[in-house]
Amino acid sequence: MPARPITGALLASELALQFRRRRTWAMLLALAAVPVLVAVAVRVSSGPPSGRGPVFLDRVASNGLFVAIAGLSLSIPLFLPLTVGVVSGDSIAGEASQGTLRYLLIAPAGRVRVLLVKYAASVAFCLAAVFVSALAGVLIGALLFPIGPVTLISGTEISPPAALGRLALVAAYVSVSLLGFAAIGLFISTLTDVPVGAMAAAVVLSITAQVLDSLPQLEWLHPWLFTHHWLGFIDLLREPVSWDSFGDNALVQACYVVVFGALAYGRFLTRDVLS
Amino acid sequence: MSIGPGARPLDAQSPEVQSSGVGSPGTQSLAIETRGLTKTFGRQVAVDSVDLAVPRGSVFGFLGPNGSGKTTTIRILLGLAAPTRGSVSLLGRPLPAGLSATLPRVGALVEGPAFYPYLSGEANLRRFDAANPVGHPSTRAARVATALERVGLAAAARKRVHAYSLGMKQRLGIASALLVPRELLVLDEPTNGLDPQGTREVRSLVRSLAAEGVTVFVSSHLLAEIEQMCTHAAVMSAGRLVAQAPLEELRAAGCASVTLRTPDPERAAAVFANLGLRMLPALDDELTATMPVGMEPDQVVAALVAAGVRVRGFGVTEQSLEDRFVALTGEGFDVAR
Ligand SMILES: Nc1ncnc2c1ncn2[C@@H]1O[C@H](COP(=O)(O)OP(=O)(O)OP(=O)(O)O)[C@@H](O)[C@H]1O
Ligand SMILES: [Mg+2]
Repeated sequence: MPARPITGALLASELALQFRRRRTWAMLLALAAVPVLVAVAVRVSSGPPSGRGPVFLDRVASNGLFVAIAGLSLSIPLFLPLTVGVVSGDSIAGEASQGTLRYLLIAPAGRVRVLLVKYAASVAFCLAAVFVSALAGVLIGALLFPIGPVTLISGTEISPPAALGRLALVAAYVSVSLLGFAAIGLFISTLTDVPVGAMAAAVVLSITAQVLDSLPQLEWLHPWLFTHHWLGFIDLLREPVSWDSFGDNALVQACYVVVFGALAYGRFLTRDVLS
Repeated sequence: MSIGPGARPLDAQSPEVQSSGVGSPGTQSLAIETRGLTKTFGRQVAVDSVDLAVPRGSVFGFLGPNGSGKTTTIRILLGLAAPTRGSVSLLGRPLPAGLSATLPRVGALVEGPAFYPYLSGEANLRRFDAANPVGHPSTRAARVATALERVGLAAAARKRVHAYSLGMKQRLGIASALLVPRELLVLDEPTNGLDPQGTREVRSLVRSLAAEGVTVFVSSHLLAEIEQMCTHAAVMSAGRLVAQAPLEELRAAGCASVTLRTPDPERAAAVFANLGLRMLPALDDELTATMPVGMEPDQVVAALVAAGVRVRGFGVTEQSLEDRFVALTGEGFDVAR
């Protein structure tokens, strides 16, 4: 049986299904709205920068390229996990509650293949979400504010094209940050036939992890939390680039993908599909 | 008629009926074979030591009242659920090892159709076809169109399933079972929600598939439906297989009853008792009794006449499959468990 082309066909079908859904577009639109709101709010209120709020918010007015960064850092704690939690939590449970899971399995899609394709689709959503958010930030920033050389945290100035390169790095960092969480969502999704429950559980987990991350008493735990490095992309905005947090983040995410991927596999391959 | 182990024995089963059942042919000629298949949900036994033997090329009716375990059995046959005990072999291959090799050759409808409501009927079929390793992507559109045509849905192909009626969804479900040529079709209550035309079409579809050599395993609680299209039938009751045989044998195994009008009821009753007929409550000058399997009514009349009973009227009522079904599964309306 030629496994490759089939996985390709199923993946294409899954992506088409996901990106044809109104829900997906609504979530991407909401993510795009965040940087737009930031830009408009800064534009309308012409007061002096207060220094509070998300990173770089105070620099937005002087350089439109910061809108994308500010928008992303605003979306990271809540909006991104919310939307990724919806997609990954729904992935298996949604099919189960709809009854289409049994028809996929007797088609037969194969349980491993279904799991892989579902995770791939969640990852595709993570990429799309971060990309849309960054793109909306760049566009609205260019529209409302001047674009010029960017001063990095280290004080160095880089040209706008180089700044766009850095933004791409940040987007990659944020996308990678979400991979572990997407695997957690997938695992939760294999546990239940109630998609809303899986979505809610995933989102609550992401918030809990962030709360734990903010408790100094639990410092020993922090490096193991999948949310710990979520805001560490700042290191990519230094000259020279500091890759340490990128590596740490990638490692933690890889651990989560392996562990929760294995749990999802163990659960989904032995589970009775009774919906 | 072969009886599953632990099934309560049917009254008056003759040995010749027993031997010609479906259990005898070799494994090669069986499309579905289960041995001691058992599935429990917590403490409830949903399927209890079921030994199914579905011959290849048969149209096999799987009968049973609500909650008797038909759908659960079908889920196990298709690898959706794992049996608690017992073994299954599908198209000659043992499960679960043979699943990926056999499932492409099996089309199925399980517990009603299910689709992506926001996709059109056509897009739904394309998705399920994409999930099947058999069938080339380049011919997908043609396969989908043919399947839709076959169930009479070509006109509604581009409509969202969300806007389909129950019967249209049922038809679409059958279409998805027919996407590629199959060796075995497992249909769980395929006529549920269909209009009379749809029911007839399903019946003729099943017949034409059977004529092509496809084995059809169809569950139902509608006896008329099974009677009209099946060659074999099995009856489930409270998780157990209580009967399994070619339809003719199932029908024949039912006992006929005789009605006699006579002014000599006492003498007639004695003759009946001698012959082994079971008397039912009598009305005035009418006696009713059930004949043992294999007895011909002429024998009864001859014996009555020989004993000097004056016969003023004599009638024979064949037991319908429905009576048989009720006899096997119990009278009550309430779900057994
Ligand atoms: N997921 C489940 N969890 C617990 N019990 C279940 C589950 N599914 C089925 N059962 C039980 O198993 C028994 C058999 O159910 P099944 O669905 O197989 O019946 P059925 O013969 O298909 O009935 P129907 O004619 O109504 O479709 C029932 O008593 C039911 O309550
Ligand atoms: Mg059922």
